[in-house]
Amino acid sequence: MDLAKMALMIIVMAVVTYLIRMIPLVFFRKKITSRYVKSLLYYIPYAVLSAMTFPYIFYSTGNVWTAVIGTAVALIAATCRQSLIVVAILSCIAVLVFGFII
Amino acid sequence: MKSTSLNFKNGIKDGLPIGLGYLSVSFAFGVQAVLLGVPAFMAVFMSMTNLTSAGQLAGLTIIAALGTVLEIAVTQLVINARYFLMSLTLSQKLDDSFSMPHRLLCSAFVTDEIFAVAAAKDGLINRRYFYGLVVLPYVGWATGTLLGATAGSILPSFITNALGIALYAMFIAIIVPPSIKERGVLVAVAMGAVISTILYYVPIFTVIPSGFKIIISAVVTASIVAWLFPIKEKEESDNGLS
Repeated sequence: MDLAKMALMIIVMAVVTYLIRMIPLVFFRKKITSRYVKSLLYYIPYAVLSAMTFPYIFYSTGNVWTAVIGTAVALIAATCRQSLIVVAILSCIAVLVFGFII
Repeated sequence: MKSTSLNFKNGIKDGLPIGLGYLSVSFAFGVQAVLLGVPAFMAVFMSMTNLTSAGQLAGLTIIAALGTVLEIAVTQLVINARYFLMSLTLSQKLDDSFSMPHRLLCSAFVTDEIFAVAAAKDGLINRRYFYGLVVLPYVGWATGTLLGATAGSILPSFITNALGIALYAMFIAIIVPPSIKERGVLVAVAMGAVISTILYYVPIFTVIPSGFKIIISAVVTASIVAWLFPIKEKEESDNGLS
């Protein structure tokens, strides 16, 4: 593929992706009053995150067992209310260290 | 209600783990791009204009296969449809500091991780916090792509493997504390994980693109949990009134 066509493809990708993100943010500005819809929107981030994490986290390190250890460490650290960055770093260290052991 | 307690610095701090995670994920993307014949500067151009992992990987595949413009547009629409839902949720979280130009600008930075951190904040968020939040992820995403595309072997694989879990660990850090506090969130988290796992492993569902699997899991889960555990009036006013 020549570079001009490639650039066009990338721009089309960017425009489509931008429109998907922009339309609700710009055109949907009034506050929702329905209790059900509010509840729905309240739970969506947690449901999305959980669905994005499981089972994908187990394939994030190239080795299921180091990933399981990293997941366990993250769960424990998060239960102890550590900040986002601390949980992420502890989990990475656990994967790194356990990767050397096994 | 204004969230005056959150400033640019708070945003930077919350964006740091996302930035680190993006650095490693986009590094892998950069390596892949060059392998598929996309020049480094094109890969960086794609990362700086798209800012979406699944969409960019799919785009790369289509470009490598000499696909059409229509094909790439439809693919992005399907894979990135989840952002529509996220932006809709975010539209209820932004305070009055987001005027039209700011809404137009900040739309470009709605990613899974940025959305998750912003949406999980109590009350409304202001634009200083939001811009602080997106800086490091954006820089990390572009820088990682550049590093991966120009020097694919700059980091040993044991490091990139360990970095691969960073974003997911961060998700866990976001969902666990409110799950301990609220029954409804706990049920949403558990149900989301179970449905997603079923869609991932049960063979008849393999035809569903992975972006759709996540959106299906989340919508089914939230519809049921919103009915079982409607939010209390107090939380309603916290979330809804400005």
